[in-house]
Amino acid sequence: MSIAGPALQGALVTVMVVKVSDDWRSALPDFLAGHIGRNPTFFQNAPVVLEVGEARGCATRDDFRQLKELVRGHGLMPIGIQGGSELQRRAALESELPSFPAAGRREAAPRTAEAAPAPAQAKKVDPAEAEQRAATAGRTRVVTQPVRSGSQVYAQGGDLIVMAAVSPGAEVIADGHVHIYGALRGRAIAGASGDTEARIFTHSLEAELICIAGNYLVSDSIDPQYLKRPVQISLAEDRLIISEN
Amino acid sequence: MATVISVTSGKGGVGKTTTSAAFSTGLALRGYKTVVIDFDVGLRNLDLIMGCERRVVFDFVNVINGDAALNQALIKDKRVENLYIFPTSQTKDKDALNREGVGRVLEELKQQFDYIVCDSPAGIEQGAVNALYHADHAIVVTNPEVSSVRDSDRIIGILQSKSRRAEKGEAPVKEHLLLTRYDPERVERGEMMTVQDVQEILAVPLLGVIPESEAVLRASNIGTPVILDRESNAGQAYEDAVSRFLGETREIRFLKPEKKGLFSKLFGTGR
Repeated sequence: MSIAGPALQGALVTVMVVKVSDDWRSALPDFLAGHIGRNPTFFQNAPVVLEVGEARGCATRDDFRQLKELVRGHGLMPIGIQGGSELQRRAALESELPSFPAAGRREAAPRTAEAAPAPAQAKKVDPAEAEQRAATAGRTRVVTQPVRSGSQVYAQGGDLIVMAAVSPGAEVIADGHVHIYGALRGRAIAGASGDTEARIFTHSLEAELICIAGNYLVSDSIDPQYLKRPVQISLAEDRLIISEN
Repeated sequence: MATVISVTSGKGGVGKTTTSAAFSTGLALRGYKTVVIDFDVGLRNLDLIMGCERRVVFDFVNVINGDAALNQALIKDKRVENLYIFPTSQTKDKDALNREGVGRVLEELKQQFDYIVCDSPAGIEQGAVNALYHADHAIVVTNPEVSSVRDSDRIIGILQSKSRRAEKGEAPVKEHLLLTRYDPERVERGEMMTVQDVQEILAVPLLGVIPESEAVLRASNIGTPVILDRESNAGQAYEDAVSRFLGETREIRFLKPEKKGLFSKLFGTGR
């Protein structure tokens, strides 16, 4: 079942990447002209991501503005950058070029205290804790205590392993897989940023809701033969498939 | 240095005040200097259950606001040596307690007492959080019933995230499950959750099981903690619970329906 109406979902899209070399001012125009000249219609308005890891000379706001204009001038549509340093990312953003993570994985948040999400409540975010959280984003997160009703655990950029039960009214979320070595009685959301390959594993399926990459089933809609069974749940063609382990 | 025990539940009406009264009395009977504090501002009941409602002059809010000294507000129990009651205001509401004020008062109490029992209001907002914030131990009072179990789970989550120990990264609050209003006959008929059902969901060590008992209503009517009714099952079960808390091993009683003899069936039992 897909979510009806407006929704914010993750997705994987394929896009061309233009590798920008250090001598881009001289080399890129000819390079682009050459490629596009061979097949102009294909490249017309095509979205491209600019790989700027090697273009150390492209680091200021003006540099990125010129780069964007150059690429645009050849008919391509730059939609963002990849592989840039912190400095390059900031400069590119001023030309409205966001950063894409490499190989479809969410990049770890920058290691600064200011980057820690500011909670709406008065609870102070300990800068050391925020930095540690940023440093571990992308690795598998392991939770050893039961996830209590009303709690929410989010493993950003990686998998989540829960070594106890997930209570009704609790939510366990991961960008990768969700493994629950206990009863799943709450909500489990895998592939939260759109990874359709993500799976959910549990020792006992008693979930209120299961979801992979935006496709969900509520408790009522789960085939009763799988209730309280050890199962894995995967996504195939927008449908959740439950199979017993 | 005193030990702070918070009696909490999430759900209302499950037996927190009954438990706070009985437990604090039980500790005092063992010789520990104990104070039981009412955190339910505006809906105070502890003074009624303890039978001291006609002796309340100053309260928790007065002390926090500096209108009275702590010792002016503490009420000495008439029946049990070592036991004191700290009532709260009936005219204000929960916003009258602030974290800083509560902390100051508790620090002062810690100098005088062995055990401080905090009777929490129902809910998960500021009132309940104030009552559990300083806890070293928490007694999670739960009825064997789905809503109560769900709410207890929620309050345990809050204990693990919003208590002072959690905020400071100290050793976590020790959780104890107290199952109250347990009716063995209904359990046998399959109408009520069993002890195992509740433990499987909450995964908290069991402190005791208090059977459903008419003695509880009788006790609150006369303003006596039910633990002082030595003949009642509930009173005895609370006694067992206090013993277990203090480290003694006691078998869990009152789990099976009583076999009523002919005499009892004709003339009723003192349950």
